[in-house]
Amino acid sequence: MTVQVDISHRLGGFAVNARFESAGRLTALFGPSGSGKTTLINLIAGLIRPDKGRIAAEGRVLVDSDAGLFVPKHKRRIGMVFQDARLFPHMSVASNLRYGRWFTPAAERYADIDGVVELLGIGHLLDRRPAKLSGGEKQRVAIGRALLASPKLLLMDEPLASLDEARKAEILPYIERLRDETKIPIVYVSHSIAEVARLASDVVVLMQGKVAASGPTGAIMQRLDLLPAEERGEGGAVLDTAVLRHDEAFGMTVLGSLAGEIRVPLLATPVGAPVRVRIRARDVMIATEQPVGLSALNILPGTIVAIEPGEGPTVEIGLDCNGATVLARITEKSRQTLGLRLGRQVFAVVKTVSFDRANTGTGLPAEVDG
Amino acid sequence: MNWLLDLTPDEWNAVRLSIKVATVAMIASLPPGVAIALVLARGQFWGKTLLNGLVHLPLILPPVVTGYLLLLTFGKRGPAGAFLAEHFGIVFSFRWTGAALACGVMGFPLMVRAIRLSIEAVDRKIEAAAGTLGANPLWVFGTITLPLILPGLIAGAILSFAKAMGEFGATITFVSNIPNETQTLPSAIYTFTQVPGGDAGALRLTLISIVISMAALVASEVLARRVGRRMDIE
Repeated sequence: MTVQVDISHRLGGFAVNARFESAGRLTALFGPSGSGKTTLINLIAGLIRPDKGRIAAEGRVLVDSDAGLFVPKHKRRIGMVFQDARLFPHMSVASNLRYGRWFTPAAERYADIDGVVELLGIGHLLDRRPAKLSGGEKQRVAIGRALLASPKLLLMDEPLASLDEARKAEILPYIERLRDETKIPIVYVSHSIAEVARLASDVVVLMQGKVAASGPTGAIMQRLDLLPAEERGEGGAVLDTAVLRHDEAFGMTVLGSLAGEIRVPLLATPVGAPVRVRIRARDVMIATEQPVGLSALNILPGTIVAIEPGEGPTVEIGLDCNGATVLARITEKSRQTLGLRLGRQVFAVVKTVSFDRANTGTGLPAEVDG
Repeated sequence: MNWLLDLTPDEWNAVRLSIKVATVAMIASLPPGVAIALVLARGQFWGKTLLNGLVHLPLILPPVVTGYLLLLTFGKRGPAGAFLAEHFGIVFSFRWTGAALACGVMGFPLMVRAIRLSIEAVDRKIEAAAGTLGANPLWVFGTITLPLILPGLIAGAILSFAKAMGEFGATITFVSNIPNETQTLPSAIYTFTQVPGGDAGALRLTLISIVISMAALVASEVLARRVGRRMDIE
């Protein structure tokens, strides 16, 4: 198990009682603000000492209140990327990057500067001071600084939350590369479904200081009831696909998935490469017959396997499309008009333009072989 | 202009002694100054207010009282004075070292204040980040905290130096006014004003006093600006 946490901790009037474990390559701690995500990650990093409990990471017990054990943060070898970068203002980017190296025993140094600099694309920044960097550049340097301490586990506390959409789009690919090209397990705190769906292999959902659910991303993302109300429209299915071909003439990429071919706006990803797409439930229409004369390009046949009441006039329909799950959010009126019930064969219809950049990322290679 | 630079040997001695005393007082105050500032800025303990009051006492008390208290404690028969003389061979009474001690004590609250303010301005989250990278608290202090408080350190040191250059009451009470040993610039000026025909000498030393103080101030400005530019903090 990569991380095992079982703690109870009180901070003023707020209590965190959380128990979870994850062996995922990128475990997302997901929940609304005030749900205890940051407290948990600070506990793992050793920035806070829990009132009671046990924390282990990569097979090493870091905290055990019963045994009176508390490993101080500088001896944990756990890298941390903070929301606010926290670069050392009096050092150049190069010195920031090298800082953690001093304190790593030579035998345990696996990160090399050139590789990390290349991975994060920060070679042109090395001589600059942190004050002269943009928000996105700062965050990339902060990731590099954490990596170069050769950590056994990397924690990321909402690393994108303080950035605008353009900067987020700039950094997300680097985090994907980090996940896919390094062997360091990552625990990633976020309140954004888009980020979690795109990056995470596993999700731990936190609500009011407690673990509401945990498991593989695909399974968790379908449970719309777990999502905070303001994010519910963002919920939906996560499909791991691979690029079949590019249709340059129309500016589209065709992806192959269990559910069938999916056409999305043109991607730069090479043919055969894994791609993860998120299909928001609110973007999916349902047809009882194979539609004709329709502009939408993605028509996926499937069977209704779940019908759950949603917010207000809506219902959530779960479809099994040849083994892949697709969620649709429609009105109760439509459901009755169409006579939708469990076991019925229908077609899920998704517009190509529903797949914006935030909904397509590089997939987790290990999970796409099926 | 000649009369200005034509100092008597005694006057030169006063100038040299003043600079020596102020420099030693400043350098010797720095380590305890940083330690006390750190404790006051970050410590949470019973008696913190008391310590704070104690540090500020020389600022509030009449200098003569501070000097007399030093005489009682660090004089030949004072408890600390006797102990230091016996075990370390350090004698304060009627020596220039005593003048340095008096000047250091008088400038201490100013130094601690400046350093404390700069410590309080350090973002502790940055120190925590250094900790997650493997630096133990001592390394964090040396590589993060100390460089970040350097401007405050310089300001505190210059304040202490300037205070030492002007210190009169505590010094003369503690170590008297002995030419070549404890007669600093202010004492020498005071002596000149007490004898007939001493006006020219008093004026000469006054002008020198002004020049040294201004030079110290300018030096601190230049130094602080250079440090600030090197750090490039927004």
